[in-house]
Amino acid sequence: MRILFKTNYKQDLNLAKHSGHRFWYGLLILVLLAAPLILDGYYIGEATRVLIFAMAGLGLMVVTGFTGQVSLGHAAFLLIGAYTNAWFLAQGFSSFIALPMAALLSMIGGLLVAIPAARMSGIYLAIATLVFAIIVEDVAGHLSSITGGNRGMMVDVPMLFGYQIWQSWELYLFVLIILVAATLIVLNILRSPLGRAMIAVRDSEVSSQALGVNPMKIKVFAFTVSAAITGLAGAFLAHYMLFLTPQIFGILLSIQLLLMIVLGGLGTVHGVFFGAVLIGVLETGISIAKDALPSSIGGLPGIEPLVFGVILVSVIAFEPTGIYSRWVKIRSYMEFFPIYRRKSFKRQRVYLKTERLK
Amino acid sequence: MSFLEIKNLSISFGGVKAVDDVSFSIEEGSVYAIIGPNGAGKSTIFNLLSRFYEPLSGQLNFSGNELLELGAKDIARLGIARTFQNLELFEHASVLQNLLVGRHVHNNQSWWRQMLFTRSVVEAELEHRRKVEEVIDFLELAHYRNQMISGLPYGVRKKIELARALCIEPKLLLLDEPSSGLNPEETEEMGFWIEDIRRDLNITVVLIEHDMSLVAEVSDRVLAIVNGRVATEGSHAFVQSHPDVVSAYLGDVK
Repeated sequence: MRILFKTNYKQDLNLAKHSGHRFWYGLLILVLLAAPLILDGYYIGEATRVLIFAMAGLGLMVVTGFTGQVSLGHAAFLLIGAYTNAWFLAQGFSSFIALPMAALLSMIGGLLVAIPAARMSGIYLAIATLVFAIIVEDVAGHLSSITGGNRGMMVDVPMLFGYQIWQSWELYLFVLIILVAATLIVLNILRSPLGRAMIAVRDSEVSSQALGVNPMKIKVFAFTVSAAITGLAGAFLAHYMLFLTPQIFGILLSIQLLLMIVLGGLGTVHGVFFGAVLIGVLETGISIAKDALPSSIGGLPGIEPLVFGVILVSVIAFEPTGIYSRWVKIRSYMEFFPIYRRKSFKRQRVYLKTERLK
Repeated sequence: MSFLEIKNLSISFGGVKAVDDVSFSIEEGSVYAIIGPNGAGKSTIFNLLSRFYEPLSGQLNFSGNELLELGAKDIARLGIARTFQNLELFEHASVLQNLLVGRHVHNNQSWWRQMLFTRSVVEAELEHRRKVEEVIDFLELAHYRNQMISGLPYGVRKKIELARALCIEPKLLLLDEPSSGLNPEETEEMGFWIEDIRRDLNITVVLIEHDMSLVAEVSDRVLAIVNGRVATEGSHAFVQSHPDVVSAYLGDVK
């Protein structure tokens, strides 16, 4: 068990609170960087997908987990990012232009949704974002001069300094670096006044106003940052997919993203990564298991949704606050061993939040 | 010109006149209590001051500023802080984070600096932290600093809400039933704090309160509201013996 001796307020501002954090997160980064040396191409591809989904989830977490605005339309930002990136690469621009443009265009999309959406909440917001995603998907289908329409669009490989990224491990490292940078930015937002204002808006909009926070501004900010990060994820998703059609970015993808962060643990950065790893491992695991099983079972249609559903339902039933809170329990079990008590994490009653004043 | 001046304030919800032509003014540095039976419109006056509601008519003037020209989010910037009757804390955040949100009006760092967490943001954060720690010391909350709100007992939450309001460094503090849900010792403690807030921090306090002993202990003037109208205003002893107030609480003697 570690007891922190604090002598300076600055210690509370540091991202790594003690040497243990520095060691374990450092080790994690090293392992991730070294992964291409150990794993073969197929698994590196799968890992890349996990990282891309983590990036998209990170974007969604900003708006849903930290600001409390449910979005059922984040696939739209993935779409905007993916097509923008592909289009700019196709015009011969390098990734230095294409990636920022993907983030920027997605950000503008986020701004367009946010300005009306900041006035909505709950189920109405969910419907509005859902409709936005459907419109974007439809527009992408019809703008065939740019997007290739429903016939689809080939994606060129990323270009950096005139160097084309062909290898899967190169793409993996590229995604990893951008993901770490995006995570650091989100962590910075969270430890500064903006992040606290976001949490304030999520937990009580009324009192956040009484403390001088402008909920509209904060929501618009959250949507914009969220859309930018998700747009970047979309750009990388395009490279992972190699071929884009609007149908990839349907409602199912939005729901998958939302499920991912809820399973991982809403309102935590850890939750994003737990969720992405869980979904990634499940999908890869199921497809490997299907090959291993006799074809009479493995070949059955609809086995993925079944296994997926069972696991999702059991996580929700046994750990409704997500995998992150299970992780907290395991960690404190080890920290307090042998005096850990189950009761310290007894589930308490949670009261439904209502808007009492309006 | 008074510190806070409320003139002919009215609001109705459907057919109910919740606040009906209420006027009063508050002097700087005083403690002003608003009493009245449940549903009399006391909290509605606070919500009007916070600009959560739009009044039908009336004027709200706070040291030269017309509050009706401003929005709910601008009120704190003028130096008006408040607490809520049914606690509105940020449940899934630590005590420290809650108090730091109280410093929001003093934040002047641009969003991109915050994203990069530059040196100036660090400096500003340390300054906010020092101010928050002053309030933590003042209200003796050091023990709870890093705990989540959702795990804390009611009495402590009440204190944290007061602390969060003080972090704004307000000139005017609106307390909506500061003693509700507190036991007698805690209520007495609350009385001392209100005294200290007025004397040491030089903050004008307006409180809505049902506990008459607390009202008697801390307030300079008392306003009695009955059915949305001003029943009477004056010193505590005067108001408590006023026939309209007595009949509102106890019923008419026929």
